[in-house]
Amino acid sequence: MATAAIELKNITKTFGSVVANKNVCLTANRGEILSILGENGSGKTTLMNMISGIYFPDEGQIFIDGKEAVIASPKDAFDYKIGMIHQHFKLVNVFSAAENIVLGLEEEGRYDIKAASARITAICQQYGFELDPKKKIYTMSVSEKQTVEIIKVLYRGADILILDEPTAVLTPQETQRLFAVLRRMRDDGKSIIIITHKMHEVLSLSDRVAVLRKGEYVGTVKTAETSEAELTEMMVGKKISLNIHRSEPKDPKARLEVHHIDCSNREGALVLDDVSFTAYSGEILGIAGIAGSGQRELLEVIAGLQKSDSGAVLYHNPKTDNVDNLQNKTPLQIRELGVRLSFVPEDRLGMGLVGNMDIVDNMMLRSYRKGKGAFLERKAPKDLAEHIIEELEVVTPGATTPVRRLSGGNVQKVLVGREIAASPTVLMAAYPVRGLDINSSYTIYNLLNQQKEKGVAVIFVGEDLDVLLELCDRILVIGSGKVTGIVDGRTATKEQVGLLMTKTEGGEVHE
Amino acid sequence: MIIAFIQRAILLGIPLLYGSTGEIVTEKSGHLNLGIPGVMYVGGISGVTGAFLYENACGNNIENMNPFLAIMIPLLASILGSMLMGLIYSFLTVTLRANQNVTGLALTTFGIGIGNFFGGSLIKLVDSEMPSIILTKTSDFYSKTLPFADNLGWFGEIFLSYEFLTYMAIAIALIVSFVLNRTRIGLNLRAVGENPATADAAGINVTRYKYVATCIGSAIAGLGGLQYVMVYTDGVWSNDAFGDRGWLAIALVIFALWKPTVAIFGSFLFGALCNAHNYINGLGVATQELFKMLPYAVTIIVLIITSMRKKREHQPPEHLGLPYFREER
Amino acid sequence: MSNAVKKHHEPLIHITKRDDMIWWKAWLIRLAAVLLGLLVVGVISVLLTKGNFFETYSIMLRGAFGRLGSGSTRLLWKFLLETALLLCLSLALTPAFKMKFWNCGAEGQALIGGLAAAIVMMKLGDKLPYWVVILLIFAAGILAGAVWGIVPALFKAQYKTNETLFTLMMNYIAMQLVAYYAYVNAVPAGSGQIQSIANGHLPVIGGQPYLLTILLALILTGVMLVYLKYSKHGYEISVVGESQNTARYIGINVKKVIIRTMMISGALCGLAGCLMVAGIDHSVNPDTVGGLGFTAIMVAWLGQLNPLIIVLMSGLIVFLESGAAKVADTFYLNGSYADIVAGIVILFVVGCEFFIRYSIKFRHKEGKA
Repeated sequence: MATAAIELKNITKTFGSVVANKNVCLTANRGEILSILGENGSGKTTLMNMISGIYFPDEGQIFIDGKEAVIASPKDAFDYKIGMIHQHFKLVNVFSAAENIVLGLEEEGRYDIKAASARITAICQQYGFELDPKKKIYTMSVSEKQTVEIIKVLYRGADILILDEPTAVLTPQETQRLFAVLRRMRDDGKSIIIITHKMHEVLSLSDRVAVLRKGEYVGTVKTAETSEAELTEMMVGKKISLNIHRSEPKDPKARLEVHHIDCSNREGALVLDDVSFTAYSGEILGIAGIAGSGQRELLEVIAGLQKSDSGAVLYHNPKTDNVDNLQNKTPLQIRELGVRLSFVPEDRLGMGLVGNMDIVDNMMLRSYRKGKGAFLERKAPKDLAEHIIEELEVVTPGATTPVRRLSGGNVQKVLVGREIAASPTVLMAAYPVRGLDINSSYTIYNLLNQQKEKGVAVIFVGEDLDVLLELCDRILVIGSGKVTGIVDGRTATKEQVGLLMTKTEGGEVHE
Repeated sequence: MIIAFIQRAILLGIPLLYGSTGEIVTEKSGHLNLGIPGVMYVGGISGVTGAFLYENACGNNIENMNPFLAIMIPLLASILGSMLMGLIYSFLTVTLRANQNVTGLALTTFGIGIGNFFGGSLIKLVDSEMPSIILTKTSDFYSKTLPFADNLGWFGEIFLSYEFLTYMAIAIALIVSFVLNRTRIGLNLRAVGENPATADAAGINVTRYKYVATCIGSAIAGLGGLQYVMVYTDGVWSNDAFGDRGWLAIALVIFALWKPTVAIFGSFLFGALCNAHNYINGLGVATQELFKMLPYAVTIIVLIITSMRKKREHQPPEHLGLPYFREER
Repeated sequence: MSNAVKKHHEPLIHITKRDDMIWWKAWLIRLAAVLLGLLVVGVISVLLTKGNFFETYSIMLRGAFGRLGSGSTRLLWKFLLETALLLCLSLALTPAFKMKFWNCGAEGQALIGGLAAAIVMMKLGDKLPYWVVILLIFAAGILAGAVWGIVPALFKAQYKTNETLFTLMMNYIAMQLVAYYAYVNAVPAGSGQIQSIANGHLPVIGGQPYLLTILLALILTGVMLVYLKYSKHGYEISVVGESQNTARYIGINVKKVIIRTMMISGALCGLAGCLMVAGIDHSVNPDTVGGLGFTAIMVAWLGQLNPLIIVLMSGLIVFLESGAAKVADTFYLNGSYADIVAGIVILFVVGCEFFIRYSIKFRHKEGKA
């Protein structure tokens, strides 16, 4: 067998007290696509960052073409012809595509952006990309930005390409196009490493699969000789079926009616286009869609964090039977109307919680206004914090630990616990299980189900279709800011939802 | 009268131009150096010290002085002094990732202290009756202007009547503008200030760029101090005379929207504003004081207008003022 | 095989972020930084003065607190007064900084407060009863400072206008206004100097002219401590400072908090200005605040935005400045020596935070495979 293009031996990396990678071994050959499979937080990205010189391993060795290599900086990685396409694009917003692509290069001769643009266009033609080298990054779509990233490494002549969850932000069509390109590169003899947690992509694209679990290397198998079940078992440790509990909605009544909401972003582009739906009490309404299709804006409009251009958000108050319009009210005004709206935002430490504050002070976020006078009342929040720590089994040294020092799952428990403690009538949760381990995820599903059974209208924005289909009573699908369909969670199929997610892409769809 | 006004405005503007060109270079690397006022003092006093030593070495006789050395010694001393300040600043903010505002202000305290301390010591050394140190001989060399400028009427007076440090300031601003926009180094530097993580991932040595930009920026700014002593005041250093021009230079960076070419005209405008009160008839001393706030008021207005318009290309570098640590997570 | 690959060195020094350091270790590092800074100062002093190394420090102590057992408390009172004034300004900045609003305008806010106080003293001092005048002095000074604080806050809240630069510029507007006023009311005309104003002096308690200011500074320390830690306002300030998104999410009116906090910050600076003008100088000129507003920025930061530590830091800075001034005086050095000394020590303390937040590991080459 030929020498591996890249081989990792016993790589270990820790951040403070967190072990991100422990004794990881891995090989990738030329002319093959290797998938790295693992749950969120299993250390895939950290590992790849060490190959591309962003981090430096604490222990272990890296071999390139059989020779030991020290990759201390991204520049070293380039010298070894390693190119990484990050999940979070590393692009300078005010630069053009061409400027970003040539950034950091030490080419012979004069700096000539025109010549570079010509070469970029040539690469685009070779692989079938479309890109205007003069276009500024801040005016680009996500898919265009990814194209810039890929061309950037190709421009540098990389022959080991690492892609970190490249399809997370793409439509299925864009994904297929990307895969076609990757296969072409493989046939060119390049070595391609793709990080993902989507099983079907692993099976359809890669030649071999390496599995990581909680920072440790589990093993590598040939795709042709494995099955989804085996991979899942390797990934999570034991065989699991999702088996999320779902009860029948009891006595559903309209709780929140959204009528024809339009919303534009700062650049003036329409991010929500005539969105209408009704959320009922005692049910979980799922929202599915490709990341960035307007899910965040929709929840923020409802919560009063973002202004909408037109439309109405009607709330049926179960206590008074009043109907209030929440559109363009501030969160405080909404609260003062007696609306018990809880919201678990996507950005937990940036919006839902304050990372540098302890658990008690984070409990106070919702309740600090209570009580007369100018001073804070810390007794009740302290009790609540201790209650949540006990009830939800939050792993923490104490109630006075800053939440940024908790792990992702525990942070989420604190946040969801607080939002539920407000006994809401509407509960909105955006990607509440993102980055959580299996156990914490199920804790969250159970909490949502409990709320549903209490008669709360639950709105759940998710990314994993399997979860959406097992948890939700109805699923609203959103594509490019438009509602493309609302389906029954019990009868709908994955393909059906997947199709709806991409429906508006090609313009009018006739049925 | 108008010609004299314009000449004076340009002369007054040049130290600001040096200061703001230097600060632009620094800020493009993502560092808001509030130590620039201190750096400019150090640039001035280092030049003065160099000139003083050379004049003494030549027995205070202009006949013995070599024009080349008379210019180069203060110039290099000034560059060296201010670069040293830049080095302190970058060590603290780049390597030790200290708060940029506090480090800058401390450096200003320190720099002004150094300037006045050595200034005061030199004054004491010569036992002068005036509270100042006079280097007219060196200043003479710095004040050489184009011989034919006088023969060209108003055109010559407005455009050609200045000392070489004036033209050098404009040249440096133009070169900096060229480097920033038309070279690979400039592209890399701007990337460092906009998004250091991206620059790092692209293989740019972020730390080196930040150090070099801060030190070169300081050196350029320090020349403003030198120009002030050698040209504007004709070789007379008095403590605190440089005043708050360093802050005006920082204001000018905002006024110029981080573009050195705009800073050239901005500096002339600031010079004119600083000086307007001397050229308007019938102003009392008190009203003159009110006029002196004009450049600050104008900067505030520009600051407000640009923040209201929110044009992407007119904003400060995205990562300005924030420390960069590669392994942050 | 590729020969293009260059030789690579394993990085010798490796820096990683550390978890929170135990508080006493952090304080040992800060103390070490102060001592190291003082050591450097001592060495420089010896080089400049050719004096005795230890003598330098004893002169500094004497300069700051007066000769022990001499019976004279003049220098000690002066030390306390200057600490109190610096403390007032630093405390005034603290809520703004906690909100991550970089108020660099303490100098101007204090100065304009002082100007307002001086105007009341001159124009109304002999026309109204004493206590009314005193009340008016405080009201005017606090109001003027508050206005100076609110203006940049309004634009920050509405348009995100950079407050660091805005407040810096406002300092000079205030200075020129004071210079204007001083010329208008100068005696003799044209000198630009206001003679000591006869009326509206703040009351002297216990026979000590500085005691009122010192007491007020102490009270302010307590009030600020409670305000930041136990009041709803203080909580809102923390949330806005940590994350504006979170603040909006829980329904805090961010703009209101920014404006309110800057009003308080400016008002307290204005109060300090009143104390300087009506309590001590009985006159006003552009140099009345004398750069204390800039020093306060550093003190508030070095004091970790904690009122109690700020008390210590104010004392340290005043000690350095007055002690160094005495050293300069003794050895016939220039007075700016004090600025150099303060600058060096501050730079050391600023730099030492790195060793608290990061840990450095030296890598040793292991046996090659």
